[in-house]
Amino acid sequence: MAIEVRIPTILRSYTGGQKAVEGSGATLEELFADLDGRYEGLRERLIDDSGVRRFVNVYLNDEDVRFLGGLSAPVSDGDTVTVLPAVAGGAR
Amino acid sequence: MRYESLLDAVGGTPLVGLPRLSPSHEVRLWAKLEDRNPTGSVKDRAAAYMVAAAEKDGLLHPGSVILEPTSGNTGISLALVARLRGYQLICVLPENTSAERRMLLEAYGASIVPSPAAGGSNEAVRVAKNLAAENPSWVMLYQYGNEANARAHYETTGPELLADLPEITHFVAGLGTSGTLMGTGRFLREHVPGVQIVAAEPRYGELVYGLRNLSEGFVPELYDESVLTSRFSVSSADALRRTRELLSEEGMFAGISSGCVLHAALGLAAKAQAAGQRADIAMVIADAGWKYLSTGAYAGTLAEAEARLEGQLWA
Repeated sequence: MAIEVRIPTILRSYTGGQKAVEGSGATLEELFADLDGRYEGLRERLIDDSGVRRFVNVYLNDEDVRFLGGLSAPVSDGDTVTVLPAVAGGAR
Repeated sequence: MRYESLLDAVGGTPLVGLPRLSPSHEVRLWAKLEDRNPTGSVKDRAAAYMVAAAEKDGLLHPGSVILEPTSGNTGISLALVARLRGYQLICVLPENTSAERRMLLEAYGASIVPSPAAGGSNEAVRVAKNLAAENPSWVMLYQYGNEANARAHYETTGPELLADLPEITHFVAGLGTSGTLMGTGRFLREHVPGVQIVAAEPRYGELVYGLRNLSEGFVPELYDESVLTSRFSVSSADALRRTRELLSEEGMFAGISSGCVLHAALGLAAKAQAAGQRADIAMVIADAGWKYLSTGAYAGTLAEAEARLEGQLWA
C-alpha cells in the first residue's frame, strides 16, 4: 500500500501525463518531498515558504489539509491526497 | 404570515428535521429550507442586502445597469430585485449552466452575456471584470467580495438558526462566494462556544478546472479561513447520491449542492455518533431541484446521471 496522489490536468506535465501517482511519507511534507524525487518540480508548484500555495487546494481523504495541520498533517498508507486548483465554484 | 411586498418576504425560512437520515436521537440533522425564499434560493438574502447597500451608498439610480458574474441563483435573485427596484441587470453566465437558469433570468428580464464553459465561474468573473472596466457607469455588485453578501447572513440566517436551534453544534453550507459560511459562521461563533463551521465544496469534472496556470486561481475576497473549522471536497457522484437520498428518505426535492452539503453533514454525524457525542447539525438547502431537472440528475441510474453532469456547474 501507498498513498495515492491525484494530480490536476495543469500539473500532469510533471508526472508524465499520469492522473494519479503514488508516494510515501508520514506527513504531507514528507510525501511531497518523496514525490519530488521522481517528479521534479512538482513540489515547488504546490507549496511555498508559507505552506500550500494560495491558489492550490490539497485534500486528504476529501478534507482540506489547511484544517488538518497543513504540511505537517499526518498521512498513512491507503490515504488519498487530491490536488486541485482553486476555482470560483458554480451556482453563485 | 403577511408581507408588504415580495422583497419583504425574503428569509424567515423553516428549519426542518431529517429524522430518517439522522443517526440517532442524540445526533440529529436539521435542514434550513432556503428554497422557500421568493425566487427559490438562499441568494435572495444576499441580493436584497447588496442592492440595499448600493442604494444607501448612492451607487444606484433609477435605470442603472447592474452587472454580475453568476452561474444562476444570484442572477435570478438580482433579477427579481432589479425588476422591483427599477434597474437593468446584465449577467455574465458560463455556457455550461443549466437551461432553466438561463430561461429564468430571461423571464425576469435580465440580459445574458455568455462566458466560455472551460474555466467555469473563474472565467465569468474575469469577463465581468473586463466589462465593468469598459463600462464605468455599470454597477458590479460583485458577490464574491461584497461585504453585504456576508452581512445578510450575519444579520438574518445566523440569528434565525440560533433562535430555532440554540443547541446547534455544527453548521454546514456549500462553499461558493463563501458569503453564507462567513456571515452565519461569524454570528454563530460569537454566540455558540465551540460551534463547528464546515464548508462543503463541490468537486467538478476536469473541464471546470481548466488548464489555466495555478497562479490564476481564484479565492473569493470574502473568504476568511479562520471562520471555518473544516472544509470538505465532495465529488459529483457523492453529491448526486445524497441529493437522491434527501428525496427518497426525507421527501426533500433539493438542488444538487444540497446533496454535497448533506454528504459532509453525514460525515460529521457519523463521527459524532462514533465518538458518543451529542450533535445538532444544521445544513443549508440552498435551492430546490426544479432548475436541475434537465440535467437528468433525478432520473436513471446514478452512473448515467453522473456522466450527464460531467462538465456541468451543478452547484
